[in-house]
Amino acid sequence: MNSTGNLVALNTIVRREIVRIMRIWTQTLIPPAITMTLYFVIFGKLIGSRIGTIEGGFTYMQYIVPGLVMMSIITNSYGNISSSFFGAKFSRAVEEMLVSPMPNWVILLGYVTGAVTRGVIVGALVLIIALFFTHLHVVHPLITLASVILGATIFSLAGFVNAVYAKKFDDIALVPTFVLTPLTYLGGVFYSVSMLGEPWRTISMVNPILYMVNAFRFGVLGVSDVQIGVAFTVMLAFVIGLAIVALQLLKRGVGLRS
Amino acid sequence: MSPTSPPALVVENLRKTYSNGVEALKGVSLTVQPGDFFALLGPNGAGKSTLIGILSSLVNASSGDAQVFGVSVNKQRGKAMQLIGLVPQEINFNQFEKPFDICVNEAGFYGIPRKIAIERAEKYLKELRLWDKAQHQARMLSGGMKRRLMIARAMMNEPKLLILDEPTAGVDIEIRRSMWQFVSGINAAGTTVILTTHYLEEAEQLCRNIAIIDHGTIVENTSMKRLLATLDVETFVLDINQAPTELPVIPGISLRRLDEHTVEAEMSRSHDLNSLFAALSAQGMTVTSMRNKTNRLEELFVRLVEHGRTEQGRSAKGNEEKVA
Repeated sequence: MNSTGNLVALNTIVRREIVRIMRIWTQTLIPPAITMTLYFVIFGKLIGSRIGTIEGGFTYMQYIVPGLVMMSIITNSYGNISSSFFGAKFSRAVEEMLVSPMPNWVILLGYVTGAVTRGVIVGALVLIIALFFTHLHVVHPLITLASVILGATIFSLAGFVNAVYAKKFDDIALVPTFVLTPLTYLGGVFYSVSMLGEPWRTISMVNPILYMVNAFRFGVLGVSDVQIGVAFTVMLAFVIGLAIVALQLLKRGVGLRS
Repeated sequence: MSPTSPPALVVENLRKTYSNGVEALKGVSLTVQPGDFFALLGPNGAGKSTLIGILSSLVNASSGDAQVFGVSVNKQRGKAMQLIGLVPQEINFNQFEKPFDICVNEAGFYGIPRKIAIERAEKYLKELRLWDKAQHQARMLSGGMKRRLMIARAMMNEPKLLILDEPTAGVDIEIRRSMWQFVSGINAAGTTVILTTHYLEEAEQLCRNIAIIDHGTIVENTSMKRLLATLDVETFVLDINQAPTELPVIPGISLRRLDEHTVEAEMSRSHDLNSLFAALSAQGMTVTSMRNKTNRLEELFVRLVEHGRTEQGRSAKGNEEKVA
């Protein structure tokens, strides 16, 4: 297929994904907004008011907002692609794409774009809700945007790989429950790793979510537990590595072609 | 079609062994000419769906190749897929989407601009009498409607080769006829059609050429006319006013009493029916109606498949003896 054809195909997948997100908005957009509102009320307002200021002189509420926004973005990007692609596999609707002349990278990019879009929409909703509880001034808009896109892309790709391997719906729930949630909570969403003693501080450094949360926090507040250059290098390495893995799986037809 | 145009499909020594060791295709070769209406028949598990899976790139061949209008499915997958429309055996669309969206999205996957896709979706949904359901969720459609939707979807890229894998399974006779009317029209307009079906009378009526596959091997590949000509015995069921317990003996015709009003007559195709009627009439029997017991193709199909199995059984036994 020529480049115009590829663009049409890509646009078709992205449009279909966005229509799906909007069609089931009560499942895709509202639950994370409610969950994060509860986090803001309980951790930010009730407990945070007793903590006082934290690193850089920010209130606890201001400090956790970037972490919670990033947490919403990555969990929703992951959840979107894993449920949507596995759903297509389960219903065999994925065959519509597999028998078409679309190259594999178009399929992958289409699904990733759809998942990133949901992550960004949910992130924006959570950010708007956060503004009801505190005031924020984005210090580095470009770094903020770049960290959102990279963080969402990493977890979209990871969700895609999960969906390719999954054989039943339970398989796409295992990774978020046993891997994603613990890593997110231990990734510096609610605290600064500088507050941790050794060896926990060093162990935390192998958690990729730490770099995403801190890159985003640096963009919004201007403070970070890790060097911003290192954070972006780690994120880029994950994007490239996971994209290669996902494309290889599509090429070999793992879980898709006999 | 110009005389130099390549065949619609060339399958060369295609083999497929699944990871569990099942050898689904054992060196299948066949050719389908442009514009043909080709039947691919075989019992369940014969290898039909595996062959179609390889042609549509859903199954990776272990060895061999297939060319669609001269384009290799292995080497130029994207280009080959542009030429094929597939109606699979199982429902494989998102049941929560609307038929209109399913068709428009399908066109999008083939790189067809949205404006053209919308026009085509309307055209084919109307032709397949689904336009009034175009904006309903697909899960609300009846079984027959879902099958017609898959045909409409397969037409969105206006393929040169349309492959239908048991498209009428579980569909009532009226809808089945309307589907065949549509597919016959598509074929008359130049699209090559490959059909697998378990309704053999459909294949007999619609298809010009036929291949019968069993246990991953082509056991017959010829024209429908030539194949049917090889059938030398026919069985008729006769409705009779009163069938006696003792039936007359007629040379060349084997008679069997089914009940007091029905008699079965098996006879050579070269044998005339007059002697049958004369003998029955002489016994005071009046034939009120008669019909062929089985579809002619069905008769041949069973024979070919059974013959193939007998040959394979002999061959396997021979191999066992050699090993022993």
